[in-house]
Amino acid sequence: MTLSAHNSSSHLNGGAARTDRNLARLLALLAGGCALLLVLILGFLLLEAWPLLGSGGWRAFIRDSGWYPLEGQFGIAPMVWASLAVTLGAIVLALPLGLASAVFVRFYAPPKLAAGYRLLLNLLAGIPSVVFGLWGLTQLVPLIASWQPPGASLLAAILVLALMILPTVALTSAAALAALPADLLAGAAALGISRKGQILRVAIPAARAGIVSGALLAAVRALGETMAVLMVAGNVVQNPSSLFAPVRALTANIALEMAYATDLHRAGLFASGLLLTLLVLLLAWLAARVVQRAPRGSVYE
Amino acid sequence: MAKRGLEDASTAAGTIAERLFTLLVWGAAALVVAMLLWVLGDVLVMGLSHLSWEFIVAAPEDAGRRGGIGPILVSTLLILLVALAAAVPLGLAVAVWLAEFTRRGGRFANSIRLTLDVLAGVPSIVYGLFGNAFFSLYLGLGFSLLAGGLTLACMILPVFIRTCEAGLSMVNNDWRRGALALGMSRTSAIWHILLPAAAPAIVAGLILGIGRATAETAALIFTSGYVDRMPGSLLDSGRALAVHIYDLSMNVSGGDGAAYASALILIGLIVVLNTLAQWLAERWLSRRILNS
Repeated sequence: MTLSAHNSSSHLNGGAARTDRNLARLLALLAGGCALLLVLILGFLLLEAWPLLGSGGWRAFIRDSGWYPLEGQFGIAPMVWASLAVTLGAIVLALPLGLASAVFVRFYAPPKLAAGYRLLLNLLAGIPSVVFGLWGLTQLVPLIASWQPPGASLLAAILVLALMILPTVALTSAAALAALPADLLAGAAALGISRKGQILRVAIPAARAGIVSGALLAAVRALGETMAVLMVAGNVVQNPSSLFAPVRALTANIALEMAYATDLHRAGLFASGLLLTLLVLLLAWLAARVVQRAPRGSVYE
Repeated sequence: MAKRGLEDASTAAGTIAERLFTLLVWGAAALVVAMLLWVLGDVLVMGLSHLSWEFIVAAPEDAGRRGGIGPILVSTLLILLVALAAAVPLGLAVAVWLAEFTRRGGRFANSIRLTLDVLAGVPSIVYGLFGNAFFSLYLGLGFSLLAGGLTLACMILPVFIRTCEAGLSMVNNDWRRGALALGMSRTSAIWHILLPAAAPAIVAGLILGIGRATAETAALIFTSGYVDRMPGSLLDSGRALAVHIYDLSMNVSGGDGAAYASALILIGLIVVLNTLAQWLAERWLSRRILNS
């Protein structure tokens, strides 16, 4: 709903109409400029990565067995696996816990408690990632180390990230549950289905599109997170073989090595940034598709 | 609101499975609360034990183990100021264009919306790479507060625009028709009526942006740099508070106390800035809508 349908110039004197037209032109130009930012970002990533990519170096990403950039070895696979393992682990933990939180807010907590709990989730979402990293490094890592040294590990990264993405999962799931038609649940109740059954067999399946898309958005955040992973994961470049082994994520690698990287090494880091962006965009696209294709009334079928 | 629309139809409300499920849901909620209290309590206890007025104003000594965070606070605020000065006017302009000057479903506007949503998903470390290549090297700003602030501006712009646009398009159409009937130009209708009416959404966008920009670390490490001296100008390198926390905890042994105190200040700073944004916006916008 905008004013653009009206031909406002007929109501106004010529000066004001000219101002309006000029404003519209200026704003459209600025909007185009903002959209150009994406082109600029991808362009500069490509440009900086080109010394490696242009000489067929992307094959080194797959072929080389390890990441020894100073010796021209650019095997990126261990870090891709580490990033994916951390993300997957965080989702596996955060999804049930977040979903249970949403069920708590929607169906179990008295209204006042639900509002307080929501506030708490928003508070959790507002804590800076570097603070989560600090907490993980000084509290969680020593705790894991006393059980399974060295402590800084895949597990530590998964636990910290799970906590960080929990609010996203919980709040989007709560919104999806709240959007269900009331008669759906009333109908289930009328059929004599127990409360557990109403939630697990009716409400959650009916809201699954919103829940899945929330989980994918949380995965986007986990995959792109740098500081918390950098601070607790131990940063050894190796395939994630055990929960207690230190790993290095793609994002952490960029943050660690950008300070001193030159030439091909620098190009390799920009190329890994490009790969990271593509992975994240793929996930975001999946999330958007899940919502679009959601069969709203599928539970009735 | 009892049971929030869920009638407990089962006659066997007390069956074991049912009770177990209730227990699980309450247990999960309690676990989340406990974790949050652990993180916040840890920051509060460790931070307060190292915090003093001296810590807030003094310059760091011995790599931050002793001394304070005075210059780092100044750098943090300057970076934030640059980011907001660039992102807020530009963001408002684009939001106004999207909400007021485009037809619903127009192809150009929709492709810009899509681009903004894509930009919002790009990880912050990638903004850092871009800022290093574009602002620091290509534009020759080097490692500077200006380069860091502009990088953050790019990062917070997409979400700010989309929040403001949503707020503007929620403004009742009667306001637009009323302005038109009074013979106001669209420019003055936007300035005097629509923007003030969308103030709550603009403040919400501002708060999201401030929160993200103040907390950001990864995008700043190689754009605004590590230097912990008091910056002399916007072209000097300066260390942001979040970068300081990272450096203290990872690279400085014995820096944990100072790191926790800095973390406490960082969280406090975000709360104060949010309150300030809310207060300023309400004051400025309510005065305008009353006087116009």
